[in-house]
Amino acid sequence: MRNTEVNIAGVSFKNPVTTASGTFGSGEEYSEFVDLSRLGAVTTKGVANVPWPGNPTPRVAEVYGGMLNAIGLQNPGIDVFLDRDVPFLKQFDTKIIVNVCGHSTEEYVEVVERLADAPVDLLEINISCPNVKEGGIQFGQDPKAVEAITRTLKDRAAQPVIMKLSPNVTDITEMARAAESGGADGLSLINTLTGMKIDINRRSFVLANKTGGMSGPAVHPIAVRMVYQTAQAVNIPIIGMGGIMTAEDAIEMILAGATMVSVGTANFLNPTATIDVIEGIEQYMDRFGVEDIRELIGAVR
Amino acid sequence: MEKSKEMITCRVISQEEIAPGVHDLLLQADAIAEKAVPGQFVNVYLDTNGKLLPRPISICEADAKTDTLRLVYRVAGEGTKLLARKPAGHPVRILGPLGNGFPTEGENVFLIGGGIGIPPMLELAKRIQGNAQIILGYADKNLFLAEELGKYGPVYVSTDDGSRGTPGNVIDAIRANDLKADVIYACGPKPMLKSLKEYAARHGMECYLSMEERMACGVGACLGCVCESTDTDAHSNVKNKRVCKDGPVFRAEEIQL
Repeated sequence: MRNTEVNIAGVSFKNPVTTASGTFGSGEEYSEFVDLSRLGAVTTKGVANVPWPGNPTPRVAEVYGGMLNAIGLQNPGIDVFLDRDVPFLKQFDTKIIVNVCGHSTEEYVEVVERLADAPVDLLEINISCPNVKEGGIQFGQDPKAVEAITRTLKDRAAQPVIMKLSPNVTDITEMARAAESGGADGLSLINTLTGMKIDINRRSFVLANKTGGMSGPAVHPIAVRMVYQTAQAVNIPIIGMGGIMTAEDAIEMILAGATMVSVGTANFLNPTATIDVIEGIEQYMDRFGVEDIRELIGAVR
Repeated sequence: MEKSKEMITCRVISQEEIAPGVHDLLLQADAIAEKAVPGQFVNVYLDTNGKLLPRPISICEADAKTDTLRLVYRVAGEGTKLLARKPAGHPVRILGPLGNGFPTEGENVFLIGGGIGIPPMLELAKRIQGNAQIILGYADKNLFLAEELGKYGPVYVSTDDGSRGTPGNVIDAIRANDLKADVIYACGPKPMLKSLKEYAARHGMECYLSMEERMACGVGACLGCVCESTDTDAHSNVKNKRVCKDGPVFRAEEIQL
């Protein structure tokens, strides 16, 4: 019997597939298509200490091989999240990874502390959103800042802390090492790549925010490369993401060094993408006689 | 629990261009057609490797007896260009019905469509309970769907270039024909919706507007297609509503235009 179970920081997941933050809400909208109990985990949309209204529209644009988004981390705030979204997710036999966002260290700390007594399994700290002016990426592009916020949150958090890294840096391994030094239990990468699209007929930006984060299959090779480099640089587990559309993409990411994978943009063009990836991984394991998924993690060096 | 929406691969029954750049697509869409109400839309997936996101297209007609869906859409970019090339017999993957749709109440109603906002008015005209006066705003003499809509009520036309009906916009047509009603149901470009919201408020009319916004998921998860709401929304907990899930039809006073 093949084993698809993986473990991050003492938390066990029935399979290595979760959802990329921001593409899956808190699971409710997709629960009509997907049995959430089949997922390794649901990773929620970023949640802040208070409600955030997000950016003006248009917030999304299509590009070759993917899309740009500049949602601006619209979220209902931690109170509604704890009262509504966590109980919703607890109905299912899956793990809960909460993506945490903030404008300042204090705001991140507040969310992390409010989550301390909540029945959630992992915290994924978003220090890499390219679409908000304050917070987010300003913490993610300076190794000293990465280490400092990691250490602060690790001190306050009841659950293991995963730092979500930005690809919009010269050397992602520098940020990865900084997070590891700060005590991170794991890393998520990559967040979106900053892009831009111009409407040549209107001679204006397509996105109201001018720039947006690029995701989708076109970014997958970049994500695989960064996961590989990071896996060589640190000794903590990695949740790999970036353009995973199929099981083949997910397996590539695992071979590059990811312990888990997140499916994001693929949900938009195939609401059952997460399940298709899980089933495809199982088929791959059967085809190649892989008894334990952990044999595949970082197997390509 | 019965599912409110279905993902199906359906078959093109026919497709033709009914005005320059406007295509009329008839799909065999079992399980979606019977569930659909006027004002809802479907996500059309192109299944190419280049352009990935679904095209949200409003439902022009949904016939539960024949299980057919009719989509009338404008060829605007590469995605819809690809869709426009699909001949009879070809498969098309769709998800729907999506969104809330229009109510069908009201004794005397205006059904107002502007441009590519006209198609959803056809199914609404068929199902509306009261007397409908149908006001359609076109760019030029290509009055697609006007004749068919004429079966369900008197049709008044405005054109931007003045070549047919009242020169100007739909409100000019309402004034020129001295039309009166209690309720407005409308779909069209944002400036038209904004004018209609003001018109309805001035005349003490109920007003329902179908909004358009660039979408990604189409099911309310990604928060890409929000519009500004007057009050804090129960779901988002901010002054934002999701066009794809909470709309696309809103009471005019619910939203800021």
